[in-house]
This record gives sequence, C-alpha cells and structure tokens, in this order.
Amino acid sequence: MFDSNFLSNKISRRDLCKVAMGSTLSFMLPGFDLIAAQKRGPERRKSVIILWMGGGPSQLETWDPHPGTVIGGPGTAIKTVVPGLQISDMYPLLAEQLDSMSVIRSMVSKEGDHERGTRYLKTGYRPEPTTVYPALGAIITHQAPASDLEIPQHISMGNTQFPARGGYLGGHLDAFRVQDPGNNIGNMRAGIEPPRQNRRLDNLNVVSQAFQKGRMIQTRKTLHQSTIDRALTMMSSEQLNAFEIEKEPESVRKAYGDSSFGRGCLVARRLVEQGVHSIEVNLSGWDSHANNFTGHQTQAALLDPAFSSLLKDLKARDLLDSTIVLCIGEFGRTPKINPLEGRDHWPTGFSCIVGGGGLKGNVVIGETDPTGKEKKPTEPVQIQDLYATILQKLNIDYQKELISPIGRPLALSEGSPIAKLI
Amino acid sequence: MKPSSHNWKIACLPFFVVGLVVSLVAWASSSPINSSPQTPALTEGNSFSNTVSQVDQFFVKQWSEKETAPSEIADDLILLRRLSLALHGTIPSLEEIREFENMQGENRIERWTQKLLEDRRFADYFSERLTRAYVGVSQGQFVIFRRDRFKAWLSEQIQANTPYDELVRKLIAGEGLWTGDPETNYITQAVSDGNLDRNKLTGSTVRAFLGQRIDCAQCHDHPFDHWKQTDFEGLTAFYGQVEIQVLGVRQNKKLTYEVEDRETLKKRTVSPQVPFLNECLPQEGTLREKLAAWVTHPQNRRFERASANRIWGLLFGVPYINPVDDLPAPTDLSQSPPDLLDILGQDFRENGYDIKRMIQIIVGSKPFHLSSTSANDEPVQIERATGNWALFPLVRLRPEQIIGSMLQASSLKTIDQNSNIFMRGRRFFSEIDFVREYGDLGSDELDDFPGTIPQALLRMNGEFARDNGSASPLNSVGRIARFDISNEKRIETCFLVCLTRLPTSLESEHFVKQYQAASNQNQRIKITEDLFWALYNSPEFSWNH
Repeated sequence: MFDSNFLSNKISRRDLCKVAMGSTLSFMLPGFDLIAAQKRGPERRKSVIILWMGGGPSQLETWDPHPGTVIGGPGTAIKTVVPGLQISDMYPLLAEQLDSMSVIRSMVSKEGDHERGTRYLKTGYRPEPTTVYPALGAIITHQAPASDLEIPQHISMGNTQFPARGGYLGGHLDAFRVQDPGNNIGNMRAGIEPPRQNRRLDNLNVVSQAFQKGRMIQTRKTLHQSTIDRALTMMSSEQLNAFEIEKEPESVRKAYGDSSFGRGCLVARRLVEQGVHSIEVNLSGWDSHANNFTGHQTQAALLDPAFSSLLKDLKARDLLDSTIVLCIGEFGRTPKINPLEGRDHWPTGFSCIVGGGGLKGNVVIGETDPTGKEKKPTEPVQIQDLYATILQKLNIDYQKELISPIGRPLALSEGSPIAKLI
Repeated sequence: MKPSSHNWKIACLPFFVVGLVVSLVAWASSSPINSSPQTPALTEGNSFSNTVSQVDQFFVKQWSEKETAPSEIADDLILLRRLSLALHGTIPSLEEIREFENMQGENRIERWTQKLLEDRRFADYFSERLTRAYVGVSQGQFVIFRRDRFKAWLSEQIQANTPYDELVRKLIAGEGLWTGDPETNYITQAVSDGNLDRNKLTGSTVRAFLGQRIDCAQCHDHPFDHWKQTDFEGLTAFYGQVEIQVLGVRQNKKLTYEVEDRETLKKRTVSPQVPFLNECLPQEGTLREKLAAWVTHPQNRRFERASANRIWGLLFGVPYINPVDDLPAPTDLSQSPPDLLDILGQDFRENGYDIKRMIQIIVGSKPFHLSSTSANDEPVQIERATGNWALFPLVRLRPEQIIGSMLQASSLKTIDQNSNIFMRGRRFFSEIDFVREYGDLGSDELDDFPGTIPQALLRMNGEFARDNGSASPLNSVGRIARFDISNEKRIETCFLVCLTRLPTSLESEHFVKQYQAASNQNQRIKITEDLFWALYNSPEFSWNH
C-alpha cells in the first residue's frame, strides 16, 4: 500500500477532476451511490447513531415522567404509539414514532461528574489514569472496518467538549468531527482551483522525496504519505455529498429543524445511507441546575422534531432494521427540585431510548421510585450491558479481548446482553 | 463559519482598540534585535565533560556490542531545529538562524543551547510539558483548581532554576490557597465531585516522580510487577491528613486514613508506610513532608532515573525507556554497570538536581548529534539502530509544536516575549484552537501516536493554514515574494524559514522553473504561496528528524 510516488500525476489528476466535478458540476451528476441503502438482508452493513445529550437530561422531563407527584414538576405525560408507554408531553412528535423503539428507565452509573460520566457512558469503562478506553463508535469501526468508504467511518457532529475517542485503539479511530453539520463542510474540500491544487501537490511530491532520501524505511513507517493520500481521496470523493443537505427538499430540512442538532440528524441519516458505521450527534445544554423546566422545554423543541424525523425517515427507507439508534446522556437529574427550580446530577436511575438494528422494540425496562426516596431503580441496567447488547446485535463478539498498550487484556465490553432486548 | 475558530479575533478586539496606539509606538521605537545579545557564558568544569564522555562511552560500547554503527553527524542547522523544537516548541526563526551563523568560536551548539535555556520561552514551554505530567490537561473544577496559576508558578521555578528535588517537595507538601500558593494545585487537581481522590494523588505522584505505574495496585496486587495493594494503601495514607477547606490545602493531624475492604466491606485504618527504603523516611515533619523527603531522597534512585528519562524524552520526543512512567526497578550497581539513566541520574543528584545542566549533558552527548538518515535500507538494521540511539529517531511533532512552527514560519522575526502584542495574542489563541482541532495528546504526550486524516485536512485546508499561507505585506510569504532578490535566494529563504535547511539542487531547479515562467508580481506571489503550502504539508515539517 505504500507507493513512493504516492502523489503521482496520474492519481492527482484523476482526483482533481473529481474535485472539479464535486465542487462545480455536482448538480449535473446523477444521484450518488448509496452503499447501504441498496443492500438488503444480512448483506447490509449495520450502523449506530448515538444522539448524545450532553450535560445530562432529566429523566422526569423526558422518558420517565411522574406527573402529579412531589418530584414530577409541572409537566404532564402523554401516551405514545407503544402500548403502556408514556413520555413527557414535551415530545408529541416523538410519541408517534416510538414503535419498534424501547425505553430503559433504570440506567445506573457511578460517575456524577460531567467528564468522568461522559467518558464512562461513551466507552462502557469507568475512567482511570493509565488506560484511555475507546468509545463504542471506535470499537465498532475497529472491529468492522468498511473498506469501500472514502469518508471516515466514525463521525461526531455538533459541538461537544468530550467527543468520542479512539482511546488505546489509536487516534485514527477518534470520531471525525464536524462542528457545524449541514452548513459548513469545513476542511473537507481544498478551497482552491484545481490547477493550483495540482501545482501544490506536485511541489509536495518534490519536497517529500528529498526528505525520503536516506530515510526510506523511517518515512514509510510515519504513514505521513498514506494519511495525506487518504485525505486527498476523501477531498475528492462523491461520498462527501452525504454531508451536504441543500439537495434535501425544504420540507424535510424543516421537519428536522433548522438547528445544528436538526441538521446533524439529517446528515446522520444521509451518512447511514452511505454506509457510515458510527455516528454521534451532539445536543448539549441539558445541565439544568437552575430553571430545569424552561430549560428542558428549549431542549425538547430541538430534540423532538429532529429525533422523530430521523426515526420516520429511517423507517420509510427501510433502514431502521439495520440502524441502532440510541439517545442517552452522561447521567440523569435529581428527583428533588432544588431552590433554583433546578435539578442536579443523578447517576442512578436515568433513562435512555434505544432500538432499531434488530433489537427488540416496544419494551420498557425498569422503574424508578415515584416518590424519589428510593435511589435504586428496579431492574438496574449497567452501561456495559447496554453496549454488550448493541455489539452483539452488530455481530461483534463483545467478549473478545484486546491487549491494551500496557499489556492488559481487555474485553470489548465487560457487560452481558440485556435479555429483554435480544 | 465555525464560531470557535474566530474566538481569538473577537477576544482580540478590546486589545486592539486599547493597545493600538501604545503598541504601534512601542513597536516603532523598539529595536528589531533582542535587547540582550550578550554571549551566554558557559559555566562548567570537568565533572560536566566527564559525564558527557561517560554517556558517550556507554553508547559507543552499546553500539559495538549490538553491531550497529552510528549514523553520521547531523548538520548544525538540523541541531538548531531540534533544539528549538525541544526547548521552545517552535522551529528557529530566520532571525535566529542568521544570529547563529554569525556566532564565532568553539562550542557553538553548547553556547546556543545556553541561550535558548535562558530565554523565557524555555521556561514557558517546559512548564506546560511538566504541568501535563503532574496535573494533566483537564481544566478541572475552576473554583479550587487553577491550572493556569500552577503552570505560571512552574514556569517561574524553571526560570529561576529551582533545584528539581526542591520543586517536587513543594508540590507534594505544599500548603495554602490554590491561587496564592499555586503549587497546591497539585493536590487540588485530584478533587472530583467535591471529594479529594487520594488514590489519584498516589498514582500521579508515583508515576510523575518515580516513573512507576502503581495505579493497578489500587484494587489488586500488580499482576506482573512487585507492587502490592498494601503498598498502594500505605503510600496513599501519607495523603490521609490533607484537607481542603476555605483557607486552602492544609494538614489536619486528627484525620486518619481509612479504606473499605473490598471483601468484607468493613472500614479499616491504614497507617502510612513506604514500600521500600524505609530508612529514607524522616522522623520529623508532616506526613506529606515525610513523603516528599522520601520521594526525593538521594538514595531513592527511582527519582533521579525517572527525571532523567523524562528529560531525555522531552529532548528526543521519545523517552529512553518507553513508556516514560513505567521504569524497571533500579539494578544493583555493585553487580551490574550503570545504564544511561544511572549515569544521568548520578550527575543530576551530585549537581543540585539542575534541569538545565542535565539538558546540556544530553545535548552534548553523541546520540543528540546523530543524523536521522542512514545509508542502510534494511528494516531490521534501521530498527536496531533506532532502538540503540545510533540513528536519530523520526518523531511526530506535538500539536503545539506544529502550530508554533507554522506561526514562526509565517514571520521572519523571532516570535517571543519581545514580539508585539498582536503576534503574541495570535499565538495564544491560535494555539488553543488549533490544538483542540488537531487533537490534544493529554498527559500521554510522550506516547507514539499515528497521524490522522483530520490533521492532514487541517494542515492542507484549515483556516489557520490558509491565513498563514496567504501572502500579506507583513507575513513571511508576502515579504519573501516581494523581496527584490534572485529566485534562487527567494527559494532558499523559504526553505530556511520553514524547514531550517537549504533546498537541494533538485528542489531548487523545480521551483526556479516555476518562478521563471511567472510574468508578473501577482504570479510570483501565488508561486510563493504554493511553495509554502508544500513546505507546511511536507513530512519534514511535521516530524522532528
């Protein structure tokens, strides 16, 4: 795979033609190849979309309402299409789309700090100083690489302080970050006319060859060239269109909502159609130590249209069967309402929505105490159990051990699958 | 547009309004040359050269035993680049290259190193490196942890050349408020969720200062080392009387250290106990003072060896023993000859734990002077030569070094504390943004890590790269393009500014042809921009070599 003429004219010219087509003539091209969308059955690649609720949403104002109780707050609950499942009345659109999804109301963690909680919830391992654990998305990408993709297989959209990382599996498995999804393709295209880009690559070839002299073996080991090569392939790839939502009908864009999160969910759907494995869409702003109720209304106005449109679209395209969707944050919020009308951090008994990809739907797991006195929920679910479930559904052996850099064998997940979801 | 990448511009606005007149006047009246050009004096005697030759003999013996021949001696300009990257986190400026070229007499590299060590940029850069090792990169809980204060304090200590053992004792035993006595942030970094995590303190103390990973022993006996869980608990008990209250970090003699037994779930009291060298534990002082004295005790060879390994790592980019904090136990010197860390460690101990002296010794020794090129292209032999320091390793630059180098290359003058406020402001904010986007290495910064596609994209297409690589009347691209000099000289200047070397004849020919085809100034500017782009994106730019 190493070619000393890595930037040979032949390759770069072909790539540049693609750049030209991609940037100027793209409107004339036929619809691009949707790798995942064309396949059916076991052949089809499975994807995971994680809607990350940064800051920790209140279970009581989302999927585990206790209206009319001391801890319930001012909100009410509404029925959903899932028999017996009620969620907060702030999610009327989602209530219509929850068929084939499940709700876990008994997630338990031991980390009440944002950073530690996020690291635990994103990796399934509690953080410790000597090992940086990989996020679920990195594990999936590592275990099931997609060689036909020219764009990254692990993508994180929207602003977040703690994006999904590759950990000990390596920085190349860090989520590829798109800060402003749907609006700004960022560094992914050259932003310069093809003739000049060609001259630049020519120059780079000359300078790189001078450096290689006497360092042939060492420079190969650096992978500098192959990394640039892959970046150039990506810059000219038609698959990049997945990041652009202008061609989506206005009604669709409107349905997801014109927010970073809404656009991110729409891009996520397009990425799944393209065959991207792991996608994270971030919605932060849940840390409601004060004014919990108005804060959650603002958040719901972003989450409800985007999440429901995503589920609706995936179903309409027959993609939900191959796509696991998980909506979760680093912890929940206290049943007790503090004097500032806020709720504080609550790592025991918080909620998530998960489903799709062949997981059993319409299941509700666990109950929390409506008086808020009992900390522990019934049927507690550990984060590692949830990840073992997801990995198993993706046909990845969750018990498989990898050797960490300090020589310690580590299972992909230390949990065991949740029987009710399999 | 990404809002985050404009933060520095917005944040600079007040600076701009208030500082404009003042700075312009100051700028116009300031001398372009550093105001203290006195030649640094070298103050060392026989013991210094003895240690250097001891290190050299150690390697010469090793190379002959392992049948690997050292590579050639690298060019002075390459050493200049290595030194600036290791000590200041940037490449040398054209101004510095010219100054070095004008230096007369013997020991130019040694005197140049001395100059770099006295420069404030050294203290600032090294304090960030060491801060990472001591307290990590997390900004933590702002109310009681002030990383910025800690780093500034450390920088002052390095600038004053505080003996390293004394510095470490201040960290472990410091008392007071995290703002007024910034060394106490070493303790408060371990607070999470409102509780002081004493286990974390023990883990980081042993890793940072003794180069041992004891963390596993927090829960169980170390699987393949000699650490026992009781060792960990005994050490942690030295932190058992620390208390954090309104008045800051304090010792409270009434406190005892208790752990919950994992089997019986009963609490039991643990008394302070060191795992070895009990005789080095003083009778007097608070528990933390005792621990500090034990960690830094001259007989505790782990301390000097861990220090030597870390400093070697900061100079070469890879520690002598990797990972930097997982060293084997010291050997019995009456049974086996000293290894490199023993030699460096002994000199460190006998000469007041002087970091700058240790740096000079490493810089003065053979491995630092060797070229990274080899006539050999057998993978096995290259591997062996690199493993035995007979070939200078190729090491990927840290994100801060990349951004520092790009900024420096965009200016012909040295960017340092004497630079104008815009330049320094730009450096400050660009660095934060760029490092975040490039991917921060955290405290595991001496680990090997592969380059990523986002990094390549950021260097090729990123906003910062675009700003820096577009000609303006003030930046180096614009100035070099407009200079009234021959095309050969123009190319030469570009190469010196970006890669600290002259172009090869092939390279020169390639670019001369482009300039010759240019019919006007505008085209010349574009050619220079594209030349800079190639230099910024070359492997040579982002690797130490």
